[in-house]
Order: sequence, then structure tokens, then C-alpha cells
Amino acid sequence: MVELEQIFTKNGLIVAFLIVGILMLFFNWFSRNVLNNRIPGVALAILAALVIAYFGGEKGIASYPLFAGMALLGGSMLRDFTVVATAMGASFDELKKTGLVGVLSLFIGVSITFFIGVVIGYLMGYTDPVSLTTIGAGACTYIVGPITGSALGASTDLIAISIATGVVKTIFVTIITPIVAKRIGLDNPGSAMIFGGLIGTTSGVAAGLAATDPKLVPYGAMTATFYTGVGVLLCPSVFFVVVRLVF
Amino acid sequence: MKIYGVAFLALCFLLGQVIGQLLGKAIGIDGNVGGVGFGMLLLVIINDRLGKKYPMLQESKAGIYFWGSMYIPVVIAMSMILNVRAALSGGWVAVIVGIVATGACYFLVPVLTKWSKSGEKIS
Repeated sequence: MVELEQIFTKNGLIVAFLIVGILMLFFNWFSRNVLNNRIPGVALAILAALVIAYFGGEKGIASYPLFAGMALLGGSMLRDFTVVATAMGASFDELKKTGLVGVLSLFIGVSITFFIGVVIGYLMGYTDPVSLTTIGAGACTYIVGPITGSALGASTDLIAISIATGVVKTIFVTIITPIVAKRIGLDNPGSAMIFGGLIGTTSGVAAGLAATDPKLVPYGAMTATFYTGVGVLLCPSVFFVVVRLVF
Repeated sequence: MKIYGVAFLALCFLLGQVIGQLLGKAIGIDGNVGGVGFGMLLLVIINDRLGKKYPMLQESKAGIYFWGSMYIPVVIAMSMILNVRAALSGGWVAVIVGIVATGACYFLVPVLTKWSKSGEKIS
């Protein structure tokens, strides 16, 4: 048993390959044979992964040394590398066609998300501009939140809330996207780019699109990756000034 | 050789990261702004331009496609290492803001899509 544990910890990444492979095999089978493909197997696998993460800790399942390799497979290096690789299937002409609206969707997405976040924060009892801006920024992504919060000198528990908000968003997008995809016309490169710009959270967008139609991943991811940049740019500066004027 | 494709991918990725980092510095953020996006753009553009003259060897392409197809497994692994418990215990503010603010944007997807299509017809 001790030997097995040693082998697992020593070859973390390989263990992660095996676990993810088994997980996908099972849920693809489950989706096909039990649910008649009504819910994509990938969406189920992601959902299951989130449930597994819940039973882990701060680093999800990677909190256990036995599964520490999952942090390597699911870390930002391989995530970004594989996202870039998906661009191989993207068409340059499609990108050009939706380019301008894609950029516009970024600004609209960040603004709307931020201000709805601020309003809800206000309704739930936060009144000072720093807290409100931090909460609104957290609604953008879990990176925009803490960057904005620390720039404005918000307290650590507020920053924790803003990170939590961003994580909730990622999870929500991951689960809900394949379910509503048809209804919002998310079935072509153009709408995928607009979707990526409006929603932001690269991991959520790409995971949601992967479960919807893997061909759309590069288009959504392409715009989504600029979202955090736009958010980090606007939230602690222009948006904070606006919030301070109002509250 | 598959490694040629993977190396080309790595080059685009790293160049994108450099651009993103410089952009971040230029606007005064200690972070990477759109590095992944620039990497993707580079890959698409170089492939589009050079691909016509020198079609990348099929074997080299296979290297890139392999990593592209690893995307979904990576996402599943990523989901397994998220701090889900903290997200749920961040209180109702986090849950409500996260869902409502995001949900609102979903309604805009068809609006902007329609808008971009009508714009196309005019121009």
C-alpha cells in the first residue's frame, strides 16, 4: 500500500491523466446510454469534477498529496497552452468578420457585469465605494476582483468574497452554457466570440463551450482572454470614480 | 515530425505571453493582459499566411491537434482543483452576484449577434 502511494505521488501528472480519462469514459458512456445524450458527457464530467473538488480543500482534490498531480494537469500553464492549440481549428476570416463586435462585446460585458454586481452589493447592505467596486469587479472574474480590491485597499474578507464571486461565475457558466446554448443562438463562430466577450471568465467560457460544441472553443476563448484585461483596466479606475460619485 | 508542430505552438504561446506581459506593464498592471489571445492570434495568422505557401506537414499539424484535443481533459482537471467550498461559503453576496450579473449577459448574446448580422448587411 505504501509502495502504491509512493508511485502515485511520484507520478502525479500520469495519475491525473488516468483519473480524467476514466472520468470521461464513464460520463460519456453514462450520457449516451442512460440519458440519450440529453446532457453532454463532458458537462457531466465537469460537474462531477466540481463535486469532487468540493470534498477537497483550498486546492480541490489536489489538496490530497495523492492527487497533487491534478494541479499540474489543470494548472494555468497547460490550460493556456491547450487553449492556444485550439486556435489551430479557427478560421482567420471568421475572426475578422466578428472582430469589431467582439471588441464591443468585451466592453459591454464588463460594464454590465460590474454595475449589476455593484447594485446587488448595495441592496445587500454594502454602502462604501471601495467595497462596492470590489464586489462589482469580482463579478467580472476572480482575477479582476482581487486586483481591484488590493488596488483600492479593500479588506481581505471583501477580497475573499470577490474571488468567491468570480469562482461562482465560472461554475455557473460551465454548467449553464450547454443548457441554454440553443436558446441564445450559440451555434456559430460569430455568436461564440460575442459570448466570450460578454461573459469573460476564460475557463468558464471554454469549459461551457467545450460541453456545447468543441469547435466553438477557440472563438469564445479568443475574446474571453481579453476580458480580464479590460476589467482590470476599467474597474479600479473609471468605474471606481463612477461608483464614488454615486455612493 | 510532431515535435515541429508542438515547437511552433510553443513559440506562438510564448510570444503571446511576452506581448501580454508587456501590455500589462504598459498599462500599469502587474499581470498578463490577453497573452493567451495574442498567442492564438499569432497561431491563426501565421498559419493562415504561411499555410498557403508552405502547407505545414501533416505530421507537424498532428502535434498541435493533439494539444488542442487535450483541452477538455485539462478543463476537467481544472474543475477538480477549484476552491468550490470557498465559493459556496463566500456568502450569499458571492452566489447571487455571480449568478445574476452573469445571467444578465446571456440575454445579450442574441441581441449582439443579431446586431452584428444586420451591420454586415448594411456594410
